[in-house]
Amino acid sequence: MDIEKKLTNVKYKTDDTSHLILNQEICKVCEDKVCLNICPANVYKQRDCGENEENYTQNDGTIDCIAVEYENCLECGACKVACPYGAIDWRYPKSGCGVYYKFT
Amino acid sequence: MERSKFNIDAIVVGAGPAGVSAALTLKRAGRNVVVLERSDMAGTKNMFGGAVYLNSVKSLFPKTFSEAPYERFIVHRTYSFLNSSGSVDIKSSSLADNTAATVFRPKFDNWMVQQAKAEGVFFAPKTLVKKLIYKNGSVVGVKTEQEKYFAPIVILADGVNSLLSKDIGLRKEFFPKDMVLAVRETYKLDKKTIEERFSLEEGSREGAMYEFFGGLSGFYLTEKKKKRPVTPFAIGFLYTFKDTVSLGLGISLEDLTLYKMKPYEVLEKFKSHPVVKRLIAGGAESEYSAHMIPEFGYNHLPKLYANGVMVVGDAAGLINSAHFEGTNFAIESGRLAGETAIIALNLNKFRFNVLKTYEEKLRRSFVLKDMKSYRNVVETLYSRKNSILKYYPDKMGELMETIHVVDNVDKKRKFRKFFKTVFFERSILELFRDFKAFLKLFFEIMF
Repeated sequence: MDIEKKLTNVKYKTDDTSHLILNQEICKVCEDKVCLNICPANVYKQRDCGENEENYTQNDGTIDCIAVEYENCLECGACKVACPYGAIDWRYPKSGCGVYYKFT
Repeated sequence: MERSKFNIDAIVVGAGPAGVSAALTLKRAGRNVVVLERSDMAGTKNMFGGAVYLNSVKSLFPKTFSEAPYERFIVHRTYSFLNSSGSVDIKSSSLADNTAATVFRPKFDNWMVQQAKAEGVFFAPKTLVKKLIYKNGSVVGVKTEQEKYFAPIVILADGVNSLLSKDIGLRKEFFPKDMVLAVRETYKLDKKTIEERFSLEEGSREGAMYEFFGGLSGFYLTEKKKKRPVTPFAIGFLYTFKDTVSLGLGISLEDLTLYKMKPYEVLEKFKSHPVVKRLIAGGAESEYSAHMIPEFGYNHLPKLYANGVMVVGDAAGLINSAHFEGTNFAIESGRLAGETAIIALNLNKFRFNVLKTYEEKLRRSFVLKDMKSYRNVVETLYSRKNSILKYYPDKMGELMETIHVVDNVDKKRKFRKFFKTVFFERSILELFRDFKAFLKLFFEIMF
């Protein structure tokens, strides 16, 4: 069973903004990209920013090379601990938001 | 000075077992206490293997502990050593046992909070503490998204990630070796199937638990274009509930990082083991979850108190993972922090020289006694992981095979062959190292 299907079994109360902020300047030059593997909810995804940079250009002109699907976050904190460059500003979602376990 | 809208003696951040225990201890001494919880219902952010210890729950709720939402009472405990095609199990059955019960944390934690509320603890759900408020070098309150709360004592029960204790410098940054990442799935199975499969009496509330060693071979790491087999440090667990079964793995975050493994792929691999597969066969996957376990242990404990503040439970890393104990450490540490807060309130002194009583109490209790005697267990097991999680589980399987396979070869020859492999299959040095590790842990725990 793949992870996307596993995540459909998890209940969330989705926050409207991301509680995970990456320092994408670090991510751009990071070769390890531990976050892509470590996250049990596959929140972090590599974007192919090679050819079509403009597709990923944010309002402030920066380019995000890691997509953050914060809606799937299980709030375990593993990414924050595993990122060797401290590029993840890990906070809790707003109160009442985020993962909502029932059978844990 | 800003005034709080309540006259509160203590603020507890986090409504898990540690927080509720601290709050109740204070309330029972006639103190006003508020518990702040970021979720709108306690327990919905929590995950554990599956069982609480009844003595521990009883110590906190002497009158009502039997009414807690228990699922099943554990009577069968199995240590299962998985080899490539099967397992060797050590099973203990204690049918009159009443020491541990499986629970779902959202239900159980919420039940604890309801008990606490009934006794007069003020509970504020959907309240996320953003930071602590300092005055004259002491913590004097907390700032939530909406407002500020002031109290002379703040107890941090904010869980394994405890951002607050990091913010005020009570703990250092975590490293992967400090943590285990647990991933777990819950499977729906009908009651009858569970009872038959785990030999539980029909219609009873009996339950079973498993601890699994090994069963995770087949992972490779490519180094210099060469594939090298690796064994991730991971221990499996299974618990039965009324009509569900939980299956999970605690995986070293260090290994996940080093070997570039995805936690859910390790879980899938584990689930595909023939022995494990049969235990969950037919179960409909109903929930996937992940949570970190603080494994830094006694040797790397954070500061447990400072002026106006104390840290309890997972937030302080108080667990004994070798025995799957955590909620009991949380409840006890919460109680001891609560008792210390009562002393401080009576003296009207809240600085570290009074709150250090909390650490002294922890040291006299099983919490730090156990953590001290087990201080090197996880590290030592990690250093011998190839032995514990691969070599010996395989050898146990081989030994059983040597004993039971009938093939017209005389026993003497077969046993000699087996023991020869134990000594000479790998470097004899490995055997020596295992023995040394065993002796070291044995003497540390016993003396």
